[in-house]
Amino acid sequence: MKTFLRRYAAAIVAASVFIVFLLALPSYSARAIAMMANQTRTMLLVIPPIFLLLGLLDVWVPREKMMRYMGPDAGIRGGILAFLLGSFAAGPLYGAFPVAAVLMKKGAGFGNILIFIGAWSTTKIPMLLFEISALGPRFALSRLAIDIVGIVVIAMALKKAIPEKEVAALYAQAEKAD
Amino acid sequence: MDTVILYAIALAGLLISFLKDRGKTLKAVKKGLKAFEGILPQFLVVLILVAMTLSLLDTATIARYLGKGSGPLGVIIAALVGAITLIPGFVAFPAAAALLEGGAGATQIAAFVSSLMMVGVVTLPLEMKYFGRRASLLRNGLAFVFSFVAAVFVGWVVGL
Repeated sequence: MKTFLRRYAAAIVAASVFIVFLLALPSYSARAIAMMANQTRTMLLVIPPIFLLLGLLDVWVPREKMMRYMGPDAGIRGGILAFLLGSFAAGPLYGAFPVAAVLMKKGAGFGNILIFIGAWSTTKIPMLLFEISALGPRFALSRLAIDIVGIVVIAMALKKAIPEKEVAALYAQAEKAD
Repeated sequence: MDTVILYAIALAGLLISFLKDRGKTLKAVKKGLKAFEGILPQFLVVLILVAMTLSLLDTATIARYLGKGSGPLGVIIAALVGAITLIPGFVAFPAAAALLEGGAGATQIAAFVSSLMMVGVVTLPLEMKYFGRRASLLRNGLAFVFSFVAAVFVGWVVGL
């Protein structure tokens, strides 16, 4: 019970702020509640398959395989695989973090994890046709091209900037989450 | 649309797994559930933050600031709005298209779309849970800066 309260403390605070928000700004409350319902629906829709997939990934993919294909020594192939995995994934960015944790647990390299997160966030193949039809091929394809460069640059910069000790701690935490 | 693909992949995986090994499949489902419960508190915080920011910022408000001739200031506002909002792509793209038709510049819209997808201020509590404070802040900061680079590039290509 005590740990439950501690874990949910931030959520309880946020809920209280939300109630104050609704009471203090009545002209926004209808919109806020509609947004809440809308976002909850999206989350409930997107979450089950993502967590199902990460459970399956966890159970079926052996660590040695992951190390070989996406480990720190997997080279450029690992980066390409991480990029493709992220690009073909669907769903908002917050779905990528728990999947990344399982990849870390299985021994994927930190650089590849960062590429995976970057690709999931922005180069969405399932969304590309949609973007082309909404905003035009020039817009969508030039954005895709510059994003590929950006993902790699950001991943390399982060890998350089985060001390190895901290990366090791993140991996230990992902391991523990079992 | 992408949710349908996601479900198709997950269900196919579940079916194959179930046919191969029931015990392992059950374990996978349990692990998935446990992983979800592990992150649920942060999810709830994000939900509430999103509901509040999106109720304050509607499309009409956004459109007003990204109109014709809003210039560099418009680009900065676009990137900031993109950074703090969380809108799914299938809503964002038509909205962006409507803004473009309404006279917003391609550079502004590209800044909005880029930072919308890569930067997540409201999802920071979630990200930090997995990646720690430093990596999360740094990733979002770099992605924010990058969204300007992407915006200028896309604006240039569209204008060619």
